[in-house]
Amino acid sequence: MTNPAIAADGLRKSYGDKVVLDGVDLTVPEGTIFALLGPNGAGKTTAVKILSTLLSPDPASGEIHVGGHDLTADAQAVRAAIGVTGQFSAVDGLITGEENMLLMADLHHLSKREGRRVAAELLERFDLVEAAKKPASTYSGGMKRRLDIAMTLVGNPRIIFLDEPTTGLDPRSRHNMWQIIRELVSDGVTVFLTTQYLEEADELADRIAVLNDGKIAAQGTAEELKRLIPGGHVRLRFSDPAAYQDAASALREASRDDEALSLQIPSDGSQRELRSILDQLDSAGIEADELTVHTPDLDDVFFALTGTDPQPGQSSLPSQPSQPKEAVRR
Amino acid sequence: MSSLSLAVRDSSTMLRRNLLHARRYPSLTLNLLFTPVMLLLLFVYIFGDVMSAGIGGGGADRSEYIAYIVPGILMMTIGGTVVGTAVSVCNDMTEGIIARFRTMAIHRGSVIIGHVIGSVLQAVMSVVLVGAIAVAIGFRSTDATVLEWLAAFGLLVFFAMALTWVAVGMGLISPNAEAAGNNAMPMILLPLLSSTFVPVDAMPGWFQPIAEYQPFTPAIETLRGLLLGSEIGHNGWIAVAWCLALAVLGYFWSASKFNRDPK
Repeated sequence: MTNPAIAADGLRKSYGDKVVLDGVDLTVPEGTIFALLGPNGAGKTTAVKILSTLLSPDPASGEIHVGGHDLTADAQAVRAAIGVTGQFSAVDGLITGEENMLLMADLHHLSKREGRRVAAELLERFDLVEAAKKPASTYSGGMKRRLDIAMTLVGNPRIIFLDEPTTGLDPRSRHNMWQIIRELVSDGVTVFLTTQYLEEADELADRIAVLNDGKIAAQGTAEELKRLIPGGHVRLRFSDPAAYQDAASALREASRDDEALSLQIPSDGSQRELRSILDQLDSAGIEADELTVHTPDLDDVFFALTGTDPQPGQSSLPSQPSQPKEAVRR
Repeated sequence: MSSLSLAVRDSSTMLRRNLLHARRYPSLTLNLLFTPVMLLLLFVYIFGDVMSAGIGGGGADRSEYIAYIVPGILMMTIGGTVVGTAVSVCNDMTEGIIARFRTMAIHRGSVIIGHVIGSVLQAVMSVVLVGAIAVAIGFRSTDATVLEWLAAFGLLVFFAMALTWVAVGMGLISPNAEAAGNNAMPMILLPLLSSTFVPVDAMPGWFQPIAEYQPFTPAIETLRGLLLGSEIGHNGWIAVAWCLALAVLGYFWSASKFNRDPK
């Protein structure tokens, strides 16, 4: 059992009366992806800023170790172990992508030759060779984000913080970014990322912590969290009242909606659970007109974990990752 | 790596970055040269005949007036350059890259030191450029020895460094580039209220103490004495004291502003 890459005990931060982080406990094992999930203003960025030595925690916080080093006592050692890609691009827009990379190499005290090699390698890996000689301010959002991460990787950090790495990216760039993050971990690096998107945490993270109002509302694997959330269900719709009645008696756990002739069965949407529902229907000889799988989204998570209804029309989930609502017609 | 060699290495990296910015985008630096050059030409060629009549007990010709105003114009050039420093420091602080620097295991002050050295180098280059224009329109130093030239150069560098530290602090407390430009305005306005264009004793009596003891006048009078052989008197010490005070004050001010938690 190795030491955790990040261990925070009672992380606190407040500005005057405004409490941003109210005693957050986090443990991130080495070589894993950890996602801090939460809506805007939950305190995600503040947590990243503190763990990456940018902000100091309140004195009332407990011990915080990053990369095995005490955050307050030995900040410089923490800095040597981490790489940070903030929410707002941390590239120097006035100089070219290549110059940004060489600047990082110089600041990591690589030799000229080594610096050039690392810069060229990373520019290649992040598909930035063509743009390398152009000023970074002319890059698209996705390119800037890639350059940003490439710069973070120059020092070969063991722990990488990514603050909302895909916010504002188009779907293709987002999937590219996911691929990049997965590759990082395959090299043994620990990744701490924040996101507003449950889908993203689900795709990437080994463990997820839901941060709401400065407190951890729930923590666990994606599966564990989903089990906490009652939002996931399978919905069966019928046009024939007789079939509806048969199905309702065959599927005991279903909740009924007699008006709409539809049944709602709690489910995580996994293939196994779907098959068992279909098997039950088949063996009873019933055919539903429509089957929809509803997987829990962040709105469900927040409704379930905090008991507050997300404001209508102001969903904490922007239009970006529409949660899959696959319809299977039979 | 020892902390000193770390400081030197990281600061020189940051200096290279700042000089790269200046080379890539020379317009900011060049724009700031416009004011002193314009004032030099304006006062020599447009107002010159009237102005020179008041210098040296009357009857001075245009070339004497050129000689009189050039030291002040050179100091004003430095004042203009550091306005650019305040703006570029402020711009830099609002960029995400500074947050990145703060999370790296580099010498913490290197960002600021890079700005200061870069700014002093730019000020020296600007002074050389404006000085060349002054020479082209007829400025000549009279009987300055090598030692006096060296002292003049040293004074310009020292003065530039002192104003730069103050300008860095101004850049750090400014929320945006416009505010930084406004906060640093005194750096261009003070030379107008100094002995640049007219001798202090030609000013209204109540204003003379202000004009005489503000930072620019002693520096200008000292430079004048070194290049043209006029009386320096106590101005030399006052100039050095101002430079020291501004540099130390600016340094501690900037350091405390830079080391606080970013917003």
